[in-house]
Amino acid sequence: MPKGAPPVLDVRSLSTVFHTRAGNVHAVNDVNFTLGAGELLGVVGESGSGKSVTMMSLIGLLPSPPAVVGPGEVIFGDRDLLKIDEKALREVRGGEIGFVFQDPMTSLNPVFTVGMQIAEPLRRHMGLSKKAAADRAVELLELVGIPDARRRLGDYPHQFSGGMRQRVMIAIALACDPKVLIADEPTTALDVTIQAQILELMQELREKLGMAVIWITHDLGVIAGIADRVMVMYGGQVVEHAPVHELFANPRHPYTQALLKTVPNVHGERAKRLTTIEGQPPILLAPPSACSFRDRCPHAWELCHRALPARFPLPGDHDAACFLCDPGLAPTSPEIQDA
Amino acid sequence: MLAYTIRRLVLAIPTLIFIAFVIFMLLELAPGDPMANMPLSIPPEVREQMRQALGLGQPWYIRFGLWLYQFFVVEPQYWIDAAFGTNFADGAQRIISFQSRSPVFEIIAERVPQTLWVVGMSYIVGVIIALPIGIAGAYWQYSWFDQLGTFISMVGFSVPTFFTGVLLIVIFAVNLGWFPSIYNTTLVVEDWESFLAQLRQMAMPVFVLALYNAAQISRYMRASMLDNLGQDYVRTARAKGMNERIVVLKHVLRNSMIPVITVIALGVPQVFGGAIITEQVFKVNGLGQLLIIAIQGSDIPMVLTLTFIFAVLIVAFNLIADILYGVFDPRIRYD
Repeated sequence: MPKGAPPVLDVRSLSTVFHTRAGNVHAVNDVNFTLGAGELLGVVGESGSGKSVTMMSLIGLLPSPPAVVGPGEVIFGDRDLLKIDEKALREVRGGEIGFVFQDPMTSLNPVFTVGMQIAEPLRRHMGLSKKAAADRAVELLELVGIPDARRRLGDYPHQFSGGMRQRVMIAIALACDPKVLIADEPTTALDVTIQAQILELMQELREKLGMAVIWITHDLGVIAGIADRVMVMYGGQVVEHAPVHELFANPRHPYTQALLKTVPNVHGERAKRLTTIEGQPPILLAPPSACSFRDRCPHAWELCHRALPARFPLPGDHDAACFLCDPGLAPTSPEIQDA
Repeated sequence: MLAYTIRRLVLAIPTLIFIAFVIFMLLELAPGDPMANMPLSIPPEVREQMRQALGLGQPWYIRFGLWLYQFFVVEPQYWIDAAFGTNFADGAQRIISFQSRSPVFEIIAERVPQTLWVVGMSYIVGVIIALPIGIAGAYWQYSWFDQLGTFISMVGFSVPTFFTGVLLIVIFAVNLGWFPSIYNTTLVVEDWESFLAQLRQMAMPVFVLALYNAAQISRYMRASMLDNLGQDYVRTARAKGMNERIVVLKHVLRNSMIPVITVIALGVPQVFGGAIITEQVFKVNGLGQLLIIAIQGSDIPMVLTLTFIFAVLIVAFNLIADILYGVFDPRIRYD
């Protein structure tokens, strides 16, 4: 991101609560991040860490009830997406912010043709005629690398393979030239070779179209290959954030360190068991008042059970929400040498 | 699709012949005597001659074969003759009712309009009110509207029509006097006045049956909508910025209708079967009532023919439901 340019998306202390019968689940807690123009922000974390919920909160895709988004601000251009009404938000969704979901097998409507599903946002947001929308749909399908595009407009989703369907989903998300593309684990449901193709396609499209991308994944390998910056989430909070090389070279939060250790190593001993992080991510029935990783953290000490660590700034545009990184506490910490 | 339809139609022939055989043999084995309603003063030898005249002296396979011949060959000839003024039938023996001694199909033709008006109309009304209730109930799940719809559906489905029918007669015909309690078949609709009279006499039986049909179909509609509202493609449609009307009434409804259309199509034969009980309660002399009287009088040709026609309709609408399935769901192809 060029220094000084205003971010496309600026999320400030975003919180989301689900009001369920079992209690209020605090899925997103005080999340702050920015997204620069043309930047690719990777969001990682294990299942249940609040990655997808955060992104869906931004554009009002969570069913309400039970979800209540706010307080917080989502500054997109000159508007706060949490303040504008549903009608204005619909203009943003699919028009200025595109969304690609995890499972291409179920994300497309089985009873409508692919052409109709791509044309729908074009006609809605750009007011194109039927004919113009069809031409643009062909263009988009060619852009995402679907051969024989014009003939395939009349095909139904079940006539496409998984990878091809995800290409169609990407075409839909890109239809109205969005400023931001949110990709929610777009390669998780695909096999590895198709994953590689989709990654390559996304890289290429980003260079060609220059949009900013938020890429949600739990695959650190994917993130290492494509992201500019990475945000690690745990318990609905951002626990660490850094440029991609900095994060992989110098992870500071114990959770990030543990995540990196779980990536299987091709060069190590063959018989070695895969490394795991013991325990489960927490279900937060109250806003966190202490570090939410404390029960699984090898370095946890008394303070971690008592106070919530802030995101302490570190050198190199890096920050981490861990007391190990608190410059004021560092000398007194008994564990700091290990970290 | 055409090849599939033809294949299914061909396969239906042995099915239907088998059904006809089973119905025939059941009637054959059932106790009861077509002569039982005759006056006791008829001497036994005359009675025996009457039996012979009805063909009851013949072995069962001759009678079954003759019935098949009459049903599939003679009767269609009469229809063609009636429609085009030809003379294919040439006075051949038609299927004759034991009770009235007139052709079974002529009696059926007299009864069909009442059944279609009352039972058919109640089915259409039932479907028309069931679909919006099901859609809205699913979209606003657990809202007061949904709770009310669920309650009325439960009542409509669990309270038998002979109870609701009699209840309505007591309230609206006996106490309030708004509607007649007996359906008058001789009423001819020729002006506004008689049209209103027709509406009035249809109102109660149609309401009773529509409540029952709507209760059933609205449950299917609601369940199917709920299944689909949680699907990923709904989120995709919202993410594309579609408004709720398009998301629900286009994306979700189109998918939800697939199983519901099947249920609706499979329910149509019941319309022709007539609502036997409701027709009795409101004295509508439709097909259901005809069947009951024929059974009571051991009118074997009438019972056999009516039951077989219902079987044909059930087989036909099963096929129609399957074809509709293929039309509405692009994933289903029959080639």
